[in-house]
Amino acid sequence: MSAELAVASAAAAAVAAPPYLVVEQVSKHFGTTIALERASLTVAAGEFVCFLGPSGCGKTTLLRAIAGLDPATSGRILQDGRDITFLPPAARDFGIVFQSYALFPNLSVNENVGYGLRGRAWPTARRTHRVAELLSLVGLSEHAKKYPAQLSGGQQQRVALARALAAEPGLLLLDEPLSALDAQVRLHLRQELRALQRRLGVTTVMVTHDQEEAMGVSDRIVVMSRGHIEQIGTPETIYRHPASAFVAGFVGHASHFDAVVDASPGTLLADGITLPCLGARKMLYGTPVQAFIRPEDVALGPSATALEGHFAARVMHQEFLGPVCRVTLQVGRLQLEADVNPSVAPAIGEVLLAALPAERLMVFPRHV
Amino acid sequence: MYRRTLTATAVALACTLLPPAAEAQQRTRLTVYTALENEQLAPFKRAAEAAVPSIEIAWVRDSTGIMTARLIAERENPRADMVWGLSVFSLLQMEAQNMLEPYTPQGAEALRPNFRSDRSPMTWTGMDAFVSAICFNTVVAQQRNLPRPSTWADLLNPVYRGHVVMPNPASSGTGFLSVAGWLGAQGNDAAWTYMTGLHQNIQVYTHSGSAPCNNAARGEYGLGISFDMRAVTLRNQGAPIEIIVPTDGVGFDLEATAILRGSRNMEAAKRLADFAVSRPAMELYGRYYALVALPGVQPSVQNYPAEFEQRLVEQNFRDVALRRDAILREWASRFDSKSAPRN
Amino acid sequence: MSDAVLPARAPSPVVVPLEARLLRFGLLLALAVLVAGLVLPLGTLLLRAFQDPEGSFVGLRNFAEYATTPSLRLAAWNSLWTAALTTLLVVPLAFGFAYALTRACIPAKGFFRAVMLLPVLAPSLLPALALIYLFGNQGMLRELLFGNSIYGPIGIIVAQVFYCFPHAALILVVALSTSDARLYEAATVLRAGHLRIFGTVTLPMARYGLVSASVVVFTLVVTDFGIPKVIGGQFPVLATDVYKQVVGLQNFNMGAVVGLVLLLPALLAFAADRWANRQRSGLLSGRAVPYVPRPRRARDLPLLALCLLVAVALVGLVAVAVWGSLVTFWPYNLNLTLQNYDFDRFDTSGWAALWNSVRIAATAAIVGTALIFGTAWLLERGAPGGALASAVRFIAGVPLAVPGLVLGLAFILFFNHPANPLGFLYGTLAILVLNGVVHFYTVMHLTAVTAIRQLDPEFESVGASLKVPAVVTFGRVTVPICLPAILDIAVYAFVNVMTTVSAVIFLYGPDTKPASVAVVHMDEAGQSSAAAAMAVTILAITASVKLAQIATTGAVNRLTQGWRAR
Repeated sequence: MSAELAVASAAAAAVAAPPYLVVEQVSKHFGTTIALERASLTVAAGEFVCFLGPSGCGKTTLLRAIAGLDPATSGRILQDGRDITFLPPAARDFGIVFQSYALFPNLSVNENVGYGLRGRAWPTARRTHRVAELLSLVGLSEHAKKYPAQLSGGQQQRVALARALAAEPGLLLLDEPLSALDAQVRLHLRQELRALQRRLGVTTVMVTHDQEEAMGVSDRIVVMSRGHIEQIGTPETIYRHPASAFVAGFVGHASHFDAVVDASPGTLLADGITLPCLGARKMLYGTPVQAFIRPEDVALGPSATALEGHFAARVMHQEFLGPVCRVTLQVGRLQLEADVNPSVAPAIGEVLLAALPAERLMVFPRHV
Repeated sequence: MYRRTLTATAVALACTLLPPAAEAQQRTRLTVYTALENEQLAPFKRAAEAAVPSIEIAWVRDSTGIMTARLIAERENPRADMVWGLSVFSLLQMEAQNMLEPYTPQGAEALRPNFRSDRSPMTWTGMDAFVSAICFNTVVAQQRNLPRPSTWADLLNPVYRGHVVMPNPASSGTGFLSVAGWLGAQGNDAAWTYMTGLHQNIQVYTHSGSAPCNNAARGEYGLGISFDMRAVTLRNQGAPIEIIVPTDGVGFDLEATAILRGSRNMEAAKRLADFAVSRPAMELYGRYYALVALPGVQPSVQNYPAEFEQRLVEQNFRDVALRRDAILREWASRFDSKSAPRN
Repeated sequence: MSDAVLPARAPSPVVVPLEARLLRFGLLLALAVLVAGLVLPLGTLLLRAFQDPEGSFVGLRNFAEYATTPSLRLAAWNSLWTAALTTLLVVPLAFGFAYALTRACIPAKGFFRAVMLLPVLAPSLLPALALIYLFGNQGMLRELLFGNSIYGPIGIIVAQVFYCFPHAALILVVALSTSDARLYEAATVLRAGHLRIFGTVTLPMARYGLVSASVVVFTLVVTDFGIPKVIGGQFPVLATDVYKQVVGLQNFNMGAVVGLVLLLPALLAFAADRWANRQRSGLLSGRAVPYVPRPRRARDLPLLALCLLVAVALVGLVAVAVWGSLVTFWPYNLNLTLQNYDFDRFDTSGWAALWNSVRIAATAAIVGTALIFGTAWLLERGAPGGALASAVRFIAGVPLAVPGLVLGLAFILFFNHPANPLGFLYGTLAILVLNGVVHFYTVMHLTAVTAIRQLDPEFESVGASLKVPAVVTFGRVTVPICLPAILDIAVYAFVNVMTTVSAVIFLYGPDTKPASVAVVHMDEAGQSSAAAAMAVTILAITASVKLAQIATTGAVNRLTQGWRAR
């Protein structure tokens, strides 16, 4: 309860304070191809934001525009009130970790981390101290003299992170930093990354194509597709209230089917079955829609009978996932997936009642 | 550390690349282009510098073709002060392009009339004559039963088929010299008939003028049509070759001297040109050539027939030079397209 | 999301930072060197193709005249088929050799690798002389030709095979070294036989290398005039046609015409190379596992035999030349003597020519490597692309197709022009250095680009994000990692500049005659033993430099490549 309050007040503070990073109408063209079209968003100080989307959606392009590595074609980017749109990377204030880490293979871990700590501001003593501090922060103090090739993937990733954080940048940019790692290491590092970010309070933007990763670490997620921003919101909003069919399909797991809005308000007609649906209330009769339902929302058996618009379905297939069992149901030509408790999982071929809760059914007009 | 090494390297580079600074310049350095034999360069330089102490000779030596090509390519901005020892045909070509400085060296009027420019002042002066000759490998001749030829006409003997090499006149001045000699000695029609017959016996037309004699000396072929001077050098190395100056008229070419128009050391060049026609210089030429430009100088070179001078054909250099393109075109149309391999 | 349109702003408010301007300036500098050293000279010469000897414009008349010359078609045809046949002989041979070195278990790989390079280390006259000693009319092995003459296409092709072998082998060794063992494992698991694996995995992976090697060999043969001139007898090819027009007839206009014609096959080959390059992308992923061959007699023994055969041929030819340099007068006085090495007896430049060559080659190696590697880095990593980068890229590929003789003549006409502010270079060692760097630019450029492309593309981005100037990252990361490739480039420049003849024969001055030219002079003067002696001396110098490189590789690696060890 208190934690919830804290988060709420932090969010309120974020709204009140001017945003740390502002992206306004940013577009990027490569020749005639449009990689990014009028993207706008804001990131509050200390926030962790993920750019999520399939490959080619423009998320890396946007990150590189923020970094100044591939400057935007048009639009405006402000960091801490300063217009950085066309500044060269060296004149900006950020640290970056690449998918490949881009560790300098011929320099030791020490030298890599201290690479940016040069000039009059960093006399040897201060520099040595800072490098040691960072290495202990990422837990690699005993590997300081090794070369990158002598480290594991996860250790390399942490070196890259330490290097990016060395000069205390105002903004940390992460380009798919975890995608080259094994699943186990990846989960572990993800949590470590989030903890570190919280501790340092550094504003962070991470690019990923892995929605689970994005949900796990972000304060807010920016879902992108084909050069457009589809939706910006907290993980829960994105999951529960997707703004488009794309988001509904891309984030989380969902069965989807085509339907039309029926005559009586708030109902759909799909393959001859009438389904109550809150989301369809404001839609015109006859509108073709795409409907999405998450497997954990599908009601089966006794709980289905209580709901309006239940129907009989046959179990075609089942898949044991550990905590739940996912069954595939056939209703006429519709296929639905539903999660059930493994201990009461129905047998294949069994016919049972199912229902889709009206408030959980997500609908989007279908362009035909 | 890096930086210091870099600076040192840069300084070292600058020192190696730039032309040597004028070292206490008392003597004028003359750049002299030549096609003389390598072994002649040192004695010629010594003699000239002794006679004209105010000059220093810097040779650039290459084959006649390369030297001529360079001189003509440098026409816009000549780098040579003088040419000393280049074929008169090349000099006439340069004269036609207005590249030679008119200057009559002291005593040049004494030279044989055919051995000096007919302009006044003169554009070039001759040094000596070299003739087209046959390098005859006596060892190969013995193995293959080849009789010793004494005339050009003898070379038509089918016994020589595949044993004769000559330079392609389009690639080599020496080759052209032979062709011009045949044309001069035999007249147009007879000469082309002769070459057509000779073509049957020729194994290879080489691109280099010295290659035929070199090949004959190494026994690659029995007979090489080349020029006399080449053969002497090879004999001295121990090659079993005899130099045959055919008795039925040989073409000859002059080695000549000229000053380049636009030379930056005109006075010094004139002094060297004066020396080049002097009697001591002629005696020097006579150590290598059987006929020198100044009458009355007895060449000291050995192994030449006494009546050598009589074998030379009447040659009007200017006339031949003017017809050069036409002759080569004719030659190419007769023999070039047929000069495909016949291995 | 707001749909409000932003107020229109002044176009391109880009603040070009000092560093980007510096990098761009560097690229401009590289372009200037290439323009001054290649484009303008070549343009000056090629313009002559459209002029008469007096310099008036005559349109295509020279081309029409050349086209009606009966020997043209023959020469063009000869050039094409000798080049094609040489390519057909060299590439499979070199492939077998490279395959043995990279994909088989044979002993003495280091020895074979060193021997493979022998031909590039010596002036091209050396194999020609050796072939004459062996297969000439007085040759020791002339019976092997069954009455055919070595002078002509046979000699040309044999000498070219020798001369081109290392070029092809080097490219193919690189192509075959970058292999992915996982593909072989996959093929083996799918029960593909050795032949099938070879056909479906090995060959396709080496496809680009094969095309590259073919293009390089074909171009080398078409543009080289040294070998056809010395051993080709009267067999006409395009390259000797240039020689005939320029040196025999002093007709530069026609020489330029033939030079242009000569560019055509080379340009075609070049286009083929570009095409193959485009097909290549994505063949090898960054996570490839290197292939380690396991012994297999059926493959290893024949390959070892092939390597031995090639090694015997290469070493044999060089050994014959060394022996030839020690005899008094071949073939009539075979007493051994060291007198042929007393170069001052044969050539006024004597040993000084060797010293000249070493100075030119060393300078070309240092300056050229810095210029070429720096330019390649600027192209790949430094400044953003654009027209400037495309221009530099294109020009860098041209020298491979330009015959040395054409380049040399172009240099005279351009640098000696009275209006040229660079005229002071003419006649100095500097112009010979510039000529050498430009002449061999392409291969060195490709080596540099390949090395740089193997680096993580984000190094410079990381540097920029850490506010480290790109030049510092270049010095601290790029150069140390690429040091082996940089040494390769420097040694390549040194070796080639030491041995080249065709371009420099027009350019040396009274005090700057290079040894390779002295070799030609001595041969022309009939002193073939002395010529062989100087060629062998050049070989000794280049070979020591190469050996020094190999010997120091260990030390260099310890110093700069320690990070490669796991």
